Amino acid sequence: MLLKKLTEASGVSGHEREVRNIIIDEIKDYVDDLKVDKLGNLIVFKKGKENPKKLMITAHMDEVGLMVIDIDDKGYIKFTTVGGIDKRILISKPVLIGDKKVPGVIGSKPMHLQKKEERDRAIEIDSLYIDIGVDSKEEALKFVNIGDYISFDSKYTEFGDNLIKAKALDNRVGCSLLIELIKEIEDVSFYGVFTVMEEIGLKGAGPAAYNVDPDICIVLEGTLCYDVPQIDTHLIPTRLNNGPAISLIDRTTIFNKTLREKIAEIARSNGIPYQYRKSSMGGNDSGKIHVTKEGSITATISVPCRNIHSPTSVMSKKDYENTLRLLKAILNEYKKGEFISGIQ
Amino acid sequence: MDTKEFLKKLCTGYSVSGHEYSIEETIKLGFKKYADNINVDKLGNIIIIKKGQNNISKLKIMIAAHMDEIGLIVKSIEKNGFIKFTNVGGIDPKTIIGQEVIVHGEKPLFGVVVSKPPHLQEASESEKVPKLEDLYIDLGYDSEKLKEYISVGDVITINREFKELKNDKVTGKSLDNKAGIAVMYESLKILNKTKHKADLYFVCTVQEEVGLRGACTSTYSINPDIGIAIDVGFGSTPELPKYETIDLGKGPGITIGGTIHPKLREKMVEVAKEYNIPFQYEVSPSSTGTDADVIQLTREGIPTLCLSIPLRYMHTSVEVVNIKDIENTAKLLAFFIASISENLEGLLCY
Amino acid sequence: MEFNSKLLKELVTTYGPSGNETNICNYIKEQIKNYVDEITVDNLGNLIARKKGNGKKIMIAAHMDQIGLMITDIDENGFLRFTNIGGVSPFVSLNQHVIFENGVLGIIAMEPMDDISKLKLSNLFIDIGVKNKKEAESLVNIGDVCVYLPHYNENENTVFTSALDDRIGCYVAIETIKNIKNYKNDLYFVFTVQEEVGLRGAKTSAYKINPDICIALDVTGSGDTPKAKTFAVGLHKGTAIKVKDNSILTHPKLRNIMINVAKENNIAYQLEVLEYGGTDSGAVHLTREGVPSGVISIPTRYVHSTTEMVSKKDVLDSIKLLVKLLENDLDI
Repeated sequence: MLLKKLTEASGVSGHEREVRNIIIDEIKDYVDDLKVDKLGNLIVFKKGKENPKKLMITAHMDEVGLMVIDIDDKGYIKFTTVGGIDKRILISKPVLIGDKKVPGVIGSKPMHLQKKEERDRAIEIDSLYIDIGVDSKEEALKFVNIGDYISFDSKYTEFGDNLIKAKALDNRVGCSLLIELIKEIEDVSFYGVFTVMEEIGLKGAGPAAYNVDPDICIVLEGTLCYDVPQIDTHLIPTRLNNGPAISLIDRTTIFNKTLREKIAEIARSNGIPYQYRKSSMGGNDSGKIHVTKEGSITATISVPCRNIHSPTSVMSKKDYENTLRLLKAILNEYKKGEFISGIQ
Repeated sequence: MDTKEFLKKLCTGYSVSGHEYSIEETIKLGFKKYADNINVDKLGNIIIIKKGQNNISKLKIMIAAHMDEIGLIVKSIEKNGFIKFTNVGGIDPKTIIGQEVIVHGEKPLFGVVVSKPPHLQEASESEKVPKLEDLYIDLGYDSEKLKEYISVGDVITINREFKELKNDKVTGKSLDNKAGIAVMYESLKILNKTKHKADLYFVCTVQEEVGLRGACTSTYSINPDIGIAIDVGFGSTPELPKYETIDLGKGPGITIGGTIHPKLREKMVEVAKEYNIPFQYEVSPSSTGTDADVIQLTREGIPTLCLSIPLRYMHTSVEVVNIKDIENTAKLLAFFIASISENLEGLLCY
Repeated sequence: MEFNSKLLKELVTTYGPSGNETNICNYIKEQIKNYVDEITVDNLGNLIARKKGNGKKIMIAAHMDQIGLMITDIDENGFLRFTNIGGVSPFVSLNQHVIFENGVLGIIAMEPMDDISKLKLSNLFIDIGVKNKKEAESLVNIGDVCVYLPHYNENENTVFTSALDDRIGCYVAIETIKNIKNYKNDLYFVFTVQEEVGLRGAKTSAYKINPDICIALDVTGSGDTPKAKTFAVGLHKGTAIKVKDNSILTHPKLRNIMINVAKENNIAYQLEVLEYGGTDSGAVHLTREGVPSGVISIPTRYVHSTTEMVSKKDVLDSIKLLVKLLENDLDI
């Protein structure tokens, strides 16, 4: 299964090769042009009906994770975070280190030996470490090197009523949507871009946009969702099972009003549920893309993910299906040409 | 069965305190081949009996390792497929955040502990440990459906694979104290090939994590001459002071302290030296926090010993033990038992 | 079955703090003596009433003691200082009426305090309305124990009064003793002493009886009041079958029998996961070789206050469940 393959692959920001290779394998027979640029972005072109406005659809391939920064004398591995990770989710989790995927665990001080103040305080990352079972630094160095990327060890699991748990749903869900579009859509010209290093500062997107130079860009994402009972509704950014989330604003972009209203209208006219992403926190590749060269208009469409940036992210298959339907409907409109006329 | 394989089976099953029956069959099946008799008592303790040879004076040794594990329990069923939960046994909320879990209801349900994404947190929030009562588990069903599958009071375990690390180490949940059960298993195998005088009662005790409850009643019913608790001890890690820990790979910890019979303990050390089994000392002046504490104080009092298997990250779902330590603990236990002759007088006299 | 308000009113208004259970013991004995085959009081004061039968020994435990205040000092002006018997909150106690065994009344008042959130029992005293120490000593001795003055009130659905913990359990036991007919086993109804100070009566009575199964009857909390901590038990939703508290994880097979009996007889029930507290079953299940034990709980608001509240329907459901349970073989 595509999403299983994508989420179980390791692709911490700066080390997306495994994910990129899976994607290339999936789409190479369906595209008219395919290249990997100097930063590692995967840029493909699908040729179909020409449209005066160039459309680019992007999804970032990378995921948050950890990196080895030191190995102590006893062989314990010290690490730092790559991308935004709540340090509190690290404790009591298994991880995989490097390309050989060496298993290790992040433990914690037994609660029996914690002092009162320790019990209530989150543990700093510099006091955490990974245990791979070795007894010395020399031995550790046989399996692990400084600079190795570390990803969470978390299996793709379906549960409940059409839900999925996996790591890296942000943003393998976007990759998966874009792959399906590339495979299924014919007769429309567009660029598909799988970017690198989004989680460490939207690094890949700028050069990719410079290269493609689009007029319109749709960014596909997995976005924050926190909808537990007993919280005030205005604090809920998105809800699971309420359909694709259309972004209004985030830390990096004020999304083009005409484009997002157009997308909402397409959703309504096709009977596809949708919601607005009600938080201004976070940011994504659009932040770089919409200000590259002469600028472009952008929209972000996301699949809501609970526990984002953790080994146990959760999304709904229904949201996925509805997002895919919406994207296809958008491309269908785009094909007609008049899609563009409403946009200044 | 290979001991590691047996250990894996034990850890992959679940046995939250009070609900140990779900691994009863696994344990019975494992031990059957090596035992004369297996009973389960009223509270669910599994008592595996191996008779001694020419045991005229009816000498009885009880070996206890608890088979329960810490866990969570459903407290209420909320809207949209969420539940609230509380702990069974000592649970550090830090170890629960972001975990995947199994709720053991009418059918086992997979779920995820939900927490607030970092993007939405106030700066100070990430420094605090949330309380269990503020966390939810997402089971992904609507509440009506959910109530068909689970009810208040169902127990919950962390969904964690048993995995091998480097250098004979393994990791998983509930190695505290499935490692202890594995020691009894391995030791009974050895004792099948070794002469021993005493009748042996290997007890897989219940409800240790909620207050040493199973050991209390099983010791009363067996009324042994000697009690030996097998449990895990704090394995050394960088953040722990050396004096509070024992090292992985250096053999069992032999406990010293008020709970432990001094002469018997000396005998244990002698046996370790005689057979070249590595061992360490673990010092617990007052209570050991293990079944040994209640065994010692049963009825008229029972001479008690305690062996500890070094274990890192106790009460997390990524506990780590060294298989070699399990083997050495089993050896020491078996050879100690084989060394006990009929006459306890001298051995037990202060 | 009608709700027997008279019986409950007399139960909660009869004096019986932990260690001083004689009055309540005598009262209960009078109520049940014509319905049982044997009745004894053991060394600690537990009242043990047997309804003989073949089969297993079933112990049914309800504690008859209540929380109280023990006088530790009488000052020059006749004010009394006290310590707690069982779980007593200073905030609940403030300005409450108390009554001694001999009927002497008093009120609880406090020293002036800058920060009332720091209120402790040691800041409180009892005023029995006397002029001096001598007069006080003619009414009360050091070591005497008083209890909150009971006021029994009820409406159509609920009862509110002090001491429902655990006279409501005693009530369920008494009504069961009176009404049960086709019981399958050998029943020992035990009205235990000193539960509130550490399950002490249950421990010794269980050792003496050596039962095969124990069912305790006690109050539990409720999670249905404004901003209550999550607790899936509330009033008017039926009897509560305990899963856990801090003293016990109830025997799963016995618990399942309880659930099935409730379902088969259409008795409303709730499952109880209590994060604190304990009850007699906690002591009983660890007695001797172990006793499979369960608990029927009566959902109660404001436990250990001067006005606890239960639902009449929940109480009747609890009796129904206990009766049906005792008519079951209880094969576990």
